[in-house]
Amino acid sequence: MTKKVDVKKHVLVPKGQKLGEKEKEDLLQKYGISVSELPRIKKSDPMLGGMAARPGEVIKINRSSPTAGKTVFYRVVVSG
Amino acid sequence: MEDEKPEAVAEEMELEEVKAPDAAPVERKPVEEEQVVYKQVRSVQFGLLSPKMIKKMASAKIVTPELYDKEGYPVDGGLMDIRLGVIDPGLRCKTCGSKLKECVGHFGYISLARPIIHLNFSGVILTLLRCTCRECGRILIPQDKLDKYSEKLRQYGKEKGEELLRKKIREVIQRLGNKCPHCKAKQGKVAIEKPTTFLEDEKRISPIEIRTRLEKISDADAELFGLNTKIARPEWTVLTVLPIPPVTMRPSITLETGERSEDDLTHKLGDIVRINQRLFENINAGAPEIIVEDLWDLLQYHITTFFDNEVAQLPPARHRSGQPLKTLTERIKSKEGRIRHNLAGKRTNFSARTVISPDPMLDITEVGVPEVMALKLTVPERVTQWNMGYLKKFVEKGPKKYPGANYIVRPDGKKKKLTEETIEQALEELQPGYVVERHLMDGDIAIFNRQPSLHRMSMMVHHIRVLPFKTLRLNPAVCFPYNADFDGDEMNLHIPQTEEAMAEAEILMLVQTQLISPRYGLAVIGCVQDAISGNYLLTQKSFSMGREAAIDLLARAEIPELGRLPRKETVTGKEIFSVILPEDFGFVGRSKSPEEPEVVIEGGKLVSGVMDKNNLGEGSGLLLRNIHHKYGEKKAVEFIGKVFRLGIQVLMKRGFTTTVSDTDLPEKISREVRQLLDSSSNEVNELIRQYREGQLEAFPGRTLRETLELKIMEVLNRARNEAGLIVSRSADRSSHTMIMALSGARGTTINLAQMAATVGQQALRAKRIEKGYKHRTLSCFERNDIGPEAHGFIKNCFKKGLSPPEFFFQAMVGRDSLMDTALRTPKSGYLYRRLANAMQDLKVEYDHTVRDASRRIIQFSYGEDGIDVSKSEAGKINVKRIIAEVME
Repeated sequence: MTKKVDVKKHVLVPKGQKLGEKEKEDLLQKYGISVSELPRIKKSDPMLGGMAARPGEVIKINRSSPTAGKTVFYRVVVSG
Repeated sequence: MEDEKPEAVAEEMELEEVKAPDAAPVERKPVEEEQVVYKQVRSVQFGLLSPKMIKKMASAKIVTPELYDKEGYPVDGGLMDIRLGVIDPGLRCKTCGSKLKECVGHFGYISLARPIIHLNFSGVILTLLRCTCRECGRILIPQDKLDKYSEKLRQYGKEKGEELLRKKIREVIQRLGNKCPHCKAKQGKVAIEKPTTFLEDEKRISPIEIRTRLEKISDADAELFGLNTKIARPEWTVLTVLPIPPVTMRPSITLETGERSEDDLTHKLGDIVRINQRLFENINAGAPEIIVEDLWDLLQYHITTFFDNEVAQLPPARHRSGQPLKTLTERIKSKEGRIRHNLAGKRTNFSARTVISPDPMLDITEVGVPEVMALKLTVPERVTQWNMGYLKKFVEKGPKKYPGANYIVRPDGKKKKLTEETIEQALEELQPGYVVERHLMDGDIAIFNRQPSLHRMSMMVHHIRVLPFKTLRLNPAVCFPYNADFDGDEMNLHIPQTEEAMAEAEILMLVQTQLISPRYGLAVIGCVQDAISGNYLLTQKSFSMGREAAIDLLARAEIPELGRLPRKETVTGKEIFSVILPEDFGFVGRSKSPEEPEVVIEGGKLVSGVMDKNNLGEGSGLLLRNIHHKYGEKKAVEFIGKVFRLGIQVLMKRGFTTTVSDTDLPEKISREVRQLLDSSSNEVNELIRQYREGQLEAFPGRTLRETLELKIMEVLNRARNEAGLIVSRSADRSSHTMIMALSGARGTTINLAQMAATVGQQALRAKRIEKGYKHRTLSCFERNDIGPEAHGFIKNCFKKGLSPPEFFFQAMVGRDSLMDTALRTPKSGYLYRRLANAMQDLKVEYDHTVRDASRRIIQFSYGEDGIDVSKSEAGKINVKRIIAEVME
């Protein structure tokens, strides 16, 4: 009876992709921050399924927003 | 915040500057002259008090539970020993030599006959016992692994905190087996029996044994657990001496009868000293083990409850009257504790509170203050050579006549109360440099507030108007931001006392600065009630009046721009309204009215459209928002004031009321309604028939019964809505009830339909009423009747009156919604509190990111669109208008 659901395919789960090393540096440069000041996402987050993200990498997330229509968000992968 | 219980905040912890950890904590020398020390506190560190430290900072050893001797003088070595500070006037402190109020009090100590576990550290003790060897006291991790991982552990502790670090160490040790890797001793299984009993392999470990084990832990090992052994040695968590708090923090009260009533803490300490003494005696007399242990346990109980009298596993210590003692933890904790009650919740002078009532003739930025308040509340004014005469007049009048003065303050800061007798002397004395605290007068400023202060508009600055009678008065237009009504609401008034405070308050908090809500970017102050109905009537197409009458109307509304009225015999309502619009104002908006849905203002003239709640009301529509944007807050607030008064004057001139006959329906219409109800009743019966005969098809994911319910609900709701439509279609649009509904001033067409045609289905939690007896709602219905009448459909209207079952259903729903609001208010209040506490440090930075206090990013752009709502129109930016303005 248990059916495997891939949450990544659900409409409410926003799409994310890994940021390259260069882009990551640019991002940190832009906000004048280190990774520890970024919002976090757990490595075990189902949203990252199949992405093979390692702690320290930054995920770019394209979300739909009630105020802005579309918005980008960045989260750093942490273990757990 | 206050729910957390960090173990490091126990009372006997010591607070000291890092730079001088060995400095004597109490200054013993009597202070001869005031010494000013210019030093900055760089950091504050919390640690444990060592027995040595406790003795060092103590000025008396307490040995007897007696408080006073026969003369009523404090016993030496008793709990009220005068070396611990003074609480009686006239006496001098034996330690520092100062008098009452000067002496801050001094700690004492008692040495305990046997060691006692400190309740708040039982958790730390447990991990230490579990993670160190019972024989050699080393941490139960092999040396080679320690060398390898200790740095990593330290890092982990820094990031995650001590609690998680200890948990981690325990996890590691659990995997390593139960032999000490250093001395190969077999380890027992340590358990805790809350709150303060420790067991090893089901056998009790005495605090003496615990203390010796903790003593064996080396500094290096202790540091792995996050303990800085300079300020917190593990064995200090087991008490051998107990500090006695100074009498100044537990003063006794002398009752009228001359009897002394001691503080709860003193009572508790008395118990501790008494039991401790008995324990000493019994040990010295060589009493049997059982007796000693019993006393020991009792002492443990008393000391535990001395720290915290609300420990779950222990019965609270009580007074003779049965009421629980308030000991150390209870003094600090929760709403009535020191933090929230005394530190976060200080009381203020120069404030007032009373019932509020409306006064539409007050300016929006004014507040009416009763004269009795104005006589008590004062504003300080400094005397200069130029205002001497002016201020002398106040002093002359004294404290009882308005406007007078209550105090004068000399340049040296001495305050003098003005009375009938002192007035003359004060007048002579008065010279530049003095301060006169004069009564409140018109134009003074005050901060006006209504609780709950949920948003910043709950505290606004108003100008004072001193008025007769005894209520605070405000313009009904500002009810909305305060969420006030006049069914007995009370509000608070605060008078700023310095020029800076007044200026700051006025600039930041004046009513007009709060016009636009930062929540949704629209005006929160607008017309209400009669002001809306009045303007609605005024701006109707059919409205016109003679020019004379119009001028009279405008003058009554205190509108000075009479010259803007067109020079002709009769003027229309729209022309009258246009007088108060700014001259070059242009606007396109919408109104509720179906006949003139578009509101057009061109060149300061209302061309078409009616003014209703959509345009003038608070929290809706863009008219007020646009005026504010274009002409600034001062003009906007003036405009609101004028519209408000104009609306009211229109009604005063025309007359306005509401009557039962407004809900009368023509015979034809009521027949139509009856037919509608009958046909929907038939429809429902048909549905029920289909259901009973199994012809009804279930909705996906629903049972047959649920489907039926949904369908019935739909039919009945449709019936009510259609009845509403019929009524509003046929109703006299010039009847006052209808005018109020149409303009949005009060009531809806549904309310009208409920009075005139039918009340409709009563719903309990989004369902028809199902409660009551077995298989039926009320005993007057047959069992299993699922027809409309048996489940709360009210066919009658309020005017005709409800039948008994209908009345009952209505009462059920009424009661339910009453309960619902009563229960929801505190719930949402608590939710709000938690949210506010969680988000209070969030801030929008210059790069538009939202960050918390540690500069971590919460949002990359404020609100994801980066819009400052208070500078927007309902959260959006009107690009079209901006382009149009630029193109001009």
